[in-house]
Amino acid sequence: MSTRMFGAPVARTEDERLLRGRGAFLDDLGPGALAAAFVRSPHAHARVVGIDAEDALDVDGLVAVYTHDDLSGPMAEPLPMLIPHPGIIDGRTPYALAKEYVHHVGAAVAMVVATDRYTAEDVAERIRVDYEVLDPVVGIEAAARADVVLHPGMADNVAAHHVQEVGDAPAAIDAAPNVLDLELDIERSACTPIEGRGVRARWDPADARLRVYSSTQTATGVRAAVAAKLGLGLGQVEVVVPDVGGGFGVKIVHPWPEELMVPWAARLLGREITWTEDRREHFVSAAHERAQRQRIRVGFDDSGRLLGLDVAILHDNGAYLPYGVIVPIVTSTQLLGPYKPGAYRVVFTSLYTSTVIVTPYRGAGRPQGVFAMERTMDAIADHLGLDRADVRAANFIRPDEMPYDQGLLFQDGRPLIYDSGDYPAALAAIKKLVDWDGFAAYRERALAEGRRVGIGLACYVEGTGPGPYEGGHVQVETDGTVRVATGLTSQGQGHETVLAQIVADELGIAMSDIVVTTGDTRRMGYSVGTFASRGAVTSGSAVALAARSVREKALRIAGEALEADPADLEIVHGRVRVKGAPATGMDIGTVAVLSNPLRYAFDDASRAATQFAGPADYDRAPVDPDDSPGLESAEYHSPLRCTFAAGMHAAVVETDPETAEIRILRYCVVHDCGRLVNPMIVEGQVHGGVAQGVAGALYERMAYDGSGQLLNASFMDFLIPYSSEVPAVAIDHLETPSPLNPLGVKGAGEAGVIPGSAVLAAAVEDAEGFPITAMPISPSDLFDLRRRFAAGEIAPLRRRAPRVPAQQQPGQERR
Amino acid sequence: MGERMHDIRLSVNGVPHAATVPARRLLSDCLRHDLGLTGTHVGCEHGVCGACTVLVDGRPARSCLMLAVGAEGHELTTVEGLADPGGPLHPVQQAFRECHGLQCGFCTPGFLTLIAAYLEEHPDPTEAEAREAVAGNLCRCTGYTNIVAAVLRAAELRRAGPAAVPEPAVPAEERP
Ligand code: FES
Ligand code: FES
Repeated sequence: MSTRMFGAPVARTEDERLLRGRGAFLDDLGPGALAAAFVRSPHAHARVVGIDAEDALDVDGLVAVYTHDDLSGPMAEPLPMLIPHPGIIDGRTPYALAKEYVHHVGAAVAMVVATDRYTAEDVAERIRVDYEVLDPVVGIEAAARADVVLHPGMADNVAAHHVQEVGDAPAAIDAAPNVLDLELDIERSACTPIEGRGVRARWDPADARLRVYSSTQTATGVRAAVAAKLGLGLGQVEVVVPDVGGGFGVKIVHPWPEELMVPWAARLLGREITWTEDRREHFVSAAHERAQRQRIRVGFDDSGRLLGLDVAILHDNGAYLPYGVIVPIVTSTQLLGPYKPGAYRVVFTSLYTSTVIVTPYRGAGRPQGVFAMERTMDAIADHLGLDRADVRAANFIRPDEMPYDQGLLFQDGRPLIYDSGDYPAALAAIKKLVDWDGFAAYRERALAEGRRVGIGLACYVEGTGPGPYEGGHVQVETDGTVRVATGLTSQGQGHETVLAQIVADELGIAMSDIVVTTGDTRRMGYSVGTFASRGAVTSGSAVALAARSVREKALRIAGEALEADPADLEIVHGRVRVKGAPATGMDIGTVAVLSNPLRYAFDDASRAATQFAGPADYDRAPVDPDDSPGLESAEYHSPLRCTFAAGMHAAVVETDPETAEIRILRYCVVHDCGRLVNPMIVEGQVHGGVAQGVAGALYERMAYDGSGQLLNASFMDFLIPYSSEVPAVAIDHLETPSPLNPLGVKGAGEAGVIPGSAVLAAAVEDAEGFPITAMPISPSDLFDLRRRFAAGEIAPLRRRAPRVPAQQQPGQERR
Repeated sequence: MGERMHDIRLSVNGVPHAATVPARRLLSDCLRHDLGLTGTHVGCEHGVCGACTVLVDGRPARSCLMLAVGAEGHELTTVEGLADPGGPLHPVQQAFRECHGLQCGFCTPGFLTLIAAYLEEHPDPTEAEAREAVAGNLCRCTGYTNIVAAVLRAAELRRAGPAAVPEPAVPAEERP
């Protein structure tokens, strides 16, 4: 047999074109298109009183200016509520262009089309919009207080309210021997791919068809949304996703206002139009995530075992709710991690604020949930004077309890049942990797050198690979090339490589003969999209099933031609041959020829396939009734429910006694995403995730001022870490296969980011000797906390008196 | 209301190009949209991300911070010029492929040009130096681990086979 590709660190197929500068990203698609620019609201909350384009009309190159008044029918109505949920009380979505009100800085008010982007921006600058400025709603507290109500017709700012319960948590807590209360805070961050959003559209009047290119995470979603809004049949719209420069969640939202306006105008004008988001636009008009305030009440026994857990979450969803309540649902459910919570109640309240919308960012609510649970675990350990790892171990679901039903409904609307996992093994692995047991001695040595160090641990479970389904199409061409298509899109995850690896093994074909297409509705019309770490699970399984059925057909056809039993055949290096007699066989391309009886001969391959080529069986139709021509197959994988990956991170930090700088000395990851298709790619995903986790924990926050202006809407002020800020990562893999898909895989895309804030809060707290309850934490935040701690405003951790170098007591920094 | 246009001649990857641009045309836009060299990407257009990095007379520069009219008379190298179209990859490109130094590939051209120039002057960096060398460019996908590894691997490839390193577009006498 040939070498197995599944499980090998195969170099990526995508790389060659990207390395040579021959990738084709949205803004690379060539000349010939008009450019769009948008006039955006400078106010967080205002009434649009008038729009005057008079001054712009004499700009050379202006083609058109549109406002909401120009829209009609479905285009004039609010954008869809993509994911309805019974917990949504009043789900507001924006208009493609503002109608009467704007609800955040950056909301699109008018669209300009011009010969090029420079001109379009010249025009946009000259359009005068008259606003009646209204009071903003900034921050969770203001939203909850509802002194200002953002949306007309609402009595408060509550978009959604949802309760999930297993058992009677308040009663269990009241009866518990130990009870703790925690109040936690997480601030906003954002996906911030280096390529922003972008859309390009072309209307073909002769065919009455629309071609849309979008830098999106869902081709089929955009297609359906555009068709619905423009009143076109699905068959009239094709969406092609070019190379995408990162997504991380923000590009799953659809349709964006721009994603509708560009195709709408392209059709109206009969001209190709393109729009590429600039960096400031991405900050103020795309999406953010993370901001939550959490109140936790927990009851536990003397060994730290949870008896009852009661969690109330205030979630800032921004100005609108187009993506529903996926993020707080994920927080509510994934908060449980690898633990049995005893009785559990979780209540979330999702609030409107006059800020950019909040939709999933890699991790999608999990980092907040894990922060809540892991802060709780650390607090319990501290309260009881127990080792933090032991308290976690006491609460683990054991491998022999799998599958384990948490008794809740997950974000896909299906039961939260963990399929497999070995948490004790993962804990043992992470303790070893970070040298958990050796840390006390290390701390002593560090203290002797005047250095302040701490260690933290955080565990998570991640539901990955949700349905409803993904498809795979595998087709063998007569020259032996194998074309593979799946509908979901790629933003750097290496799907072209991973899917080719799977097909290579299933079909016995060289990787170099396989061509993979993703995110093109012309090739695969049924698909969901790329989110929730589902690519390898759903599309990987689908292409495996399609390849298996192609293989079966190839063996059947070759068996007939070779007069051999298909069971005695194998496919090796693209040749179907008799096992044990490798000289007897035929190329798989020849099988493709045989699979498609033709009337016309137009090349060598088709000459061999005409119905006049060879002896015929006159009692049989050229194609059997239960067969179809061609060596191809489309199959779908529709998982029963999510498969649950898991992992644990540990970090060692050093905090500077003077400057309060936080340095990560060691970052360790133990990760279990089932069987690994390509360990090199999985590690890359972990590296990237950890970088975003560290970023969210120590550097990134969206700084809104009281009037709703985003103060740091540039890469100069929003601190994405450079290589100098991201630690080296030590990784260990466990492989607990999933029973829920044919490959045994689980998703890997988001894992790295999830426990970032939890593990670094734990490590900083351990170094400092007082609780950390809000993230991210900057040196100045820590500096302030030290001062408050020294002033007695913050109680010390119980587990040990603050162990800091003698001459540098916390809070005694000289100013 | 017309805008005054300028006829400029740019030398990119050793090939002369002519373009007619307004004075405010960014070099990044001119390369991408006037000359069709879309390998150079823009991620911020305010000089922070480094995705638009090209070599100007062999030295890394952010093409979003330069005007096209100001690039006349200089020798420019973009990612497309690192290796011959049909030929083997440049050692830095090869190293990125081997080390999985790219995911979405959007930031990659900026890193490749930066590192290619860096290794000209620092053929044998330590890991810490390699990390420092790339610390001015943003990547949102990789966490930089494999980019740092790729710098070291590229240095190794260069040392192993200088013959395999294609000549940069800068004439020898103009190199720093
Ligand atoms: S685009 Fe030039 S530095 Fe970001
Ligand atoms: S590879 Fe995607 S931004 Fe660097």
